Amino acid sequence: MSYQFDFSFLADRWPDFVAGAWLTVQLTVVSIALGLAVGTVCALIRVYGARWMKAPVGVYVELIRNTPLLVQIFIVYFGLSSLGLKLSAEVSAVIALVVNMGAYTTEIMRAGIQSIQRTQLEAADCLGLTRLQTIVHVVLLPAMERVYPALSSQFVLLMLASSITSQISAEELTATANLVQSDTYRSFEVYIVVALVYLALSFLYRFGFWLIGLVLFARKRKLGTAL
Amino acid sequence: MIQLNANHFIYLLQAATWTLLLSLIAFAGGSIVGLAVALLRVSRVRALRALSSGYIQLIQGTPLLIILFLSYFGLGILGYKLVPIVAAGLSLTFYAAAFLGEIWRGCIEAVPKTQWEASDCLGLNRFQQYAYVVLPQAVKLAIPPTVGFMVQIVKNTSLASVIGFVELARAGQIINNSTFEPFVIFTVVAAIYFALCYPLSLAARALERKAHAGR
Repeated sequence: MSYQFDFSFLADRWPDFVAGAWLTVQLTVVSIALGLAVGTVCALIRVYGARWMKAPVGVYVELIRNTPLLVQIFIVYFGLSSLGLKLSAEVSAVIALVVNMGAYTTEIMRAGIQSIQRTQLEAADCLGLTRLQTIVHVVLLPAMERVYPALSSQFVLLMLASSITSQISAEELTATANLVQSDTYRSFEVYIVVALVYLALSFLYRFGFWLIGLVLFARKRKLGTAL
Repeated sequence: MIQLNANHFIYLLQAATWTLLLSLIAFAGGSIVGLAVALLRVSRVRALRALSSGYIQLIQGTPLLIILFLSYFGLGILGYKLVPIVAAGLSLTFYAAAFLGEIWRGCIEAVPKTQWEASDCLGLNRFQQYAYVVLPQAVKLAIPPTVGFMVQIVKNTSLASVIGFVELARAGQIINNSTFEPFVIFTVVAAIYFALCYPLSLAARALERKAHAGR
């Protein structure tokens, strides 16, 4: 094999990669936050909601979980614009990621909420907690604590899946790679660099979620027991 | 501008067979490599465990899209002709292997330790332990999550479109380029994916319920 690896493009193109990675981080942090909110509300509806509310949420979850993100992104970006709703690539990307993330989070949070025993709710009632207090402190936080490992790995998967938004030319990390490789013709090297950046990002995210978990679920740390 | 017609729909269905074929390649390849990954992951040799866990970390920390680009352009560098189905099949194989390996490791570890000890007492060697005692029980546990992961494989074949493999998603793009009716076309494409994936999802759920009921 006579191939000469050449990473010299990094010398003047590294700011592009940094900008791409930064947009990836921005897109995914916003999508994770909004997706978690959508998923939590939908999960509450799926467990405690009235029947007429449960059905549409169920359809939403099944539709999203059984179709590829790529096609969802195309429907939001190309589909909606052909119906007259023009959105920028970045906004479309966030919408598609939030809708996608929301469906997966619903299922994860639902498992957590269903694991909360009825007696806990009755105890909260006896203590005179308001409905909101009960939902936040008795249902949501303990539920989240139980499914936190599944949630955080879903968040990391979303970060990796955000690379797909490059297909509608949202200028995130993968799109930057596509651009640089078409300028420099060093495709293999460019994608090696980007793969390493994604790998670093996924470790960073995992570490970040671990830290957030420590803060959010402090009680677990003090007691040292697994709920 | 061309009107959408029945031929477009037939074209999409033909492309869907390529999606199915690629899914089958990925699942078959991923199963073989994935079994090796899972067995290495529970190996008694520390170096082999580290190797396999490193592989899983590497693949699970990189987007499939990038893996596809790397194998497409990487194969080109190695001097092979750029055949999209080969690059797509390889990428999805290695991708599926990392996830299946991790799922199956969990199933192997879920077999009670006493089973290992009992088979030790009966004087079975390591191969016999796996073949006659541990794996048959692990397979039973593995079926529901494996069927669930097949949904992911079918959906992820859509990414092969980026290296020019004409499967369902790419076919949708091609039709869209001539008809400019993205909303209709991609909704139909999504519906076909749904028709492929939803039965698998239902099967995974039913199998899971059955597995829990048995205990």
